[in-house]
Amino acid sequence: MELLANLGDGFVIALTWQNIGLALLGCFLGTVMGALPGLGPSNGVAILIPLAFTLGLGATPSLILLTSVYYGAMYGGRISSILLNIPGDEPAMMTCLDGYPMAKKGMAGEALSLSGIASFVGAFLATWGLILLAPQLVKIALLFGPAEYFALFALAFMTLGGVSSTNQAKSAFAAALGLGLAMIGVDTQTGVPRFTFGEVHLYDGLDFLVAIVGLFALSEVFIFLETRHGEASGSGRKLEIGRLTPPWAMIKQCTPTMLRTSFLGFLAGVLPGAGASLGSFISYSMEKRLVDKEGTFGTGDPRGVAAPEAGNNAAAGGALVPMLALGVPGSGTTAVLLAVLLSLNITPGPLLFTQNPDVVWGLIAALFIANFMLLAMNIPMVGLFTRLLLIPPRILMPIVAMVSFVGIYGISGSTFDLMVMIAFGVMGWVLRKFDVPLVPIILGTLLGNAMENNLRRAITIDNGDWFTLIDSPLALFLWAIAIIGFILPLIIGAKVKKGMHERRDEEGAISD
Amino acid sequence: MKFKATRIAIIATLLGASALTASAEGFTPENPECIAPANPGGGWDFTCRQVGKSLQDQGLIGSTMQVVNLAGGGGGVAYAEVVNKRSDDNDLIVAASSATATRLAQGAYPGNTMDQVRWLASVGADYGVIAVAADSEIDNLTELLDMVKNDPTSISVAGGSAVGGWDHLKVLIAANAYGIDDVRSVKYIAFDGGGEAVTQLLAGSVQAFTGDISEAKGFVDSGDIRVVAVLSPERLGGDFAEFPTAREQGVDAIGANWRGFYAPGNMSDEAYDAWVAQIATLYASDEWKQIMADNGLAPLDLQGAEFEAFVANSVAQIEQISREIGIIQ
Repeated sequence: MELLANLGDGFVIALTWQNIGLALLGCFLGTVMGALPGLGPSNGVAILIPLAFTLGLGATPSLILLTSVYYGAMYGGRISSILLNIPGDEPAMMTCLDGYPMAKKGMAGEALSLSGIASFVGAFLATWGLILLAPQLVKIALLFGPAEYFALFALAFMTLGGVSSTNQAKSAFAAALGLGLAMIGVDTQTGVPRFTFGEVHLYDGLDFLVAIVGLFALSEVFIFLETRHGEASGSGRKLEIGRLTPPWAMIKQCTPTMLRTSFLGFLAGVLPGAGASLGSFISYSMEKRLVDKEGTFGTGDPRGVAAPEAGNNAAAGGALVPMLALGVPGSGTTAVLLAVLLSLNITPGPLLFTQNPDVVWGLIAALFIANFMLLAMNIPMVGLFTRLLLIPPRILMPIVAMVSFVGIYGISGSTFDLMVMIAFGVMGWVLRKFDVPLVPIILGTLLGNAMENNLRRAITIDNGDWFTLIDSPLALFLWAIAIIGFILPLIIGAKVKKGMHERRDEEGAISD
Repeated sequence: MKFKATRIAIIATLLGASALTASAEGFTPENPECIAPANPGGGWDFTCRQVGKSLQDQGLIGSTMQVVNLAGGGGGVAYAEVVNKRSDDNDLIVAASSATATRLAQGAYPGNTMDQVRWLASVGADYGVIAVAADSEIDNLTELLDMVKNDPTSISVAGGSAVGGWDHLKVLIAANAYGIDDVRSVKYIAFDGGGEAVTQLLAGSVQAFTGDISEAKGFVDSGDIRVVAVLSPERLGGDFAEFPTAREQGVDAIGANWRGFYAPGNMSDEAYDAWVAQIATLYASDEWKQIMADNGLAPLDLQGAEFEAFVANSVAQIEQISREIGIIQ
């Protein structure tokens, strides 16, 4: 009861005309920023900080504006994934796998609405999780030492097989390539720069956004350039829009998926070392293992759209748990929000809930408001977004190229990143020729560093004893899931594989 | 080359002229800009935003301070940019800290040295702390260091910086002062930021934490961790007065993570003096004292030439330690 009273107080704080206006503005800007490749939630929030300060907003209104942008960007990231096969930000990457094939089948409207609903479910449940469980959940985060984190990342990679390719060896190659790219930069465990060739821009490693935009967006442009003669690309691009809202049967079919993945995504978000990308990734691969009996994942299965979207939005909510309760950001965006809190003289941490209840509950109420607003805003806008598909590629592709360049330059303001992006674009183009999936490369770069560091931390702490990796029940549990996830498909995989091979011919190389 | 020199001369003349007209009422930056050499959310970003906001609130600058995040190379990208491309920008300041000095000392900004920029002023210091979990059996710093001395493998120390970074050096300074000769044997585990390191201390993965006082404060207030030593010359004020210093436990170690700014190397003297004066005014204000108190920043009041000497000294000291522990040859 006290909980509801607190929440009521939160709504009293949040429900003013000014705050609702800010939430509306934040949701809109966030959606747009999320949809643009290169501009992700963390940049979106960072860009708007000066606005919040210039307007002289207090703590709660600033947070409402910025968290609306955060949630909005998590919603928006899916739009370009589905329509263009170009993820708007890292967590939206997995949505490409089934979203784009759905759009190609003329189900773009349904995919967009369904992913909107999945986003809503994920974020909604995560916000409740945040309210009910935040103090308890912190204890889960404390169960994870370096060894457990390593097991978690290993699990992610072991369930990778078959996620995005018909050929396991190519998936493994792509993941290894990604892991290799993650080695670039100063090694934090020894302080030694690796593969930097004295280039100061490489000291911090490669920026994932640069890699994503290069691999997905630019390579798409290259493919278009290559095939533009004789309307060769026309066949892939002549898309029907179809209906705008998903039929009830589809929503019903996806409901268990959404509930399961919301839970998984939320858990991944709560772990400060994991984050939203891992959330959407594990959601997708677990769901595929669980329900994909016919091998339809990757060919435009609605559940394959609902899973990562519910997962990554739930992770976004989950990431607020360690930020508020421990003062430890679980993702890039929460790191920015943390900085905002600090500059507003609010110290997040174990005492935040007792010392600044107005801020916490105002924020939580704002999350609910933003969430409903985003749902209300996104469903009618589906019609508008799908018009994008009517733009002929000869106009669309230059725009994609332009947005990519501007977006990447905007992050760091350095031309070096543009070069890296172009290099990734060429690499993506070559790899697509060889039918190598691109998603595992990004996962490798994204998770490789954290995985390596946690392995080395665990080993160093236990003075070089490798058995430390299987020293706790939690670690053993994670390894068990990882091994089951790895072996099970090999046993029951023959049937699935057959289905996949039939599919492969009609999909071609671009569908990864 | 000649062309470049002429161009610089022209720009300098123009800037000089504009500075002259402005100097009647003191230089005021038209488009004040602060580069935070890291992604949003870190200490440098905080320094830029907080100082920018306060300068504007107090009317010390006319327009909003634009904060630009120029991440990369642990600040090296921003440093190179300022030295190579914006060396005569009068409107620009850049956030810096002990981490900047550490990297300069270790030659981690390839080809750059500290005298290529003008060091403006400090806005406070974050003293280092060494902490243990609240339920730890270790009571004080000497007990901790004794354990390290007897069996270095028994204690893992977690910190938020990479090996050779400032969090690592702090614990080495303490170990060195206690008489541990081979400081390389101290087991240091690098995490991604102080918050993650504290979390691992709470999780029981490591036995001790080295970091800044501001990173530890929230957890000390909640009773989760216990500070065994603060690396300040004497006890700090306010909430922090209960922390024992390393010095009073017989370990003569001081480690302050100062926060401050540098400016481009060819900034005009008028602009340099004006920025120094503005930051000094800000530093002296009650509002800034409050911000320092709220964020656990200790006083460090150095401006202009004094600050420049302080940075030079700190670079020299870090260079010496780094050489001793073999990070640089």
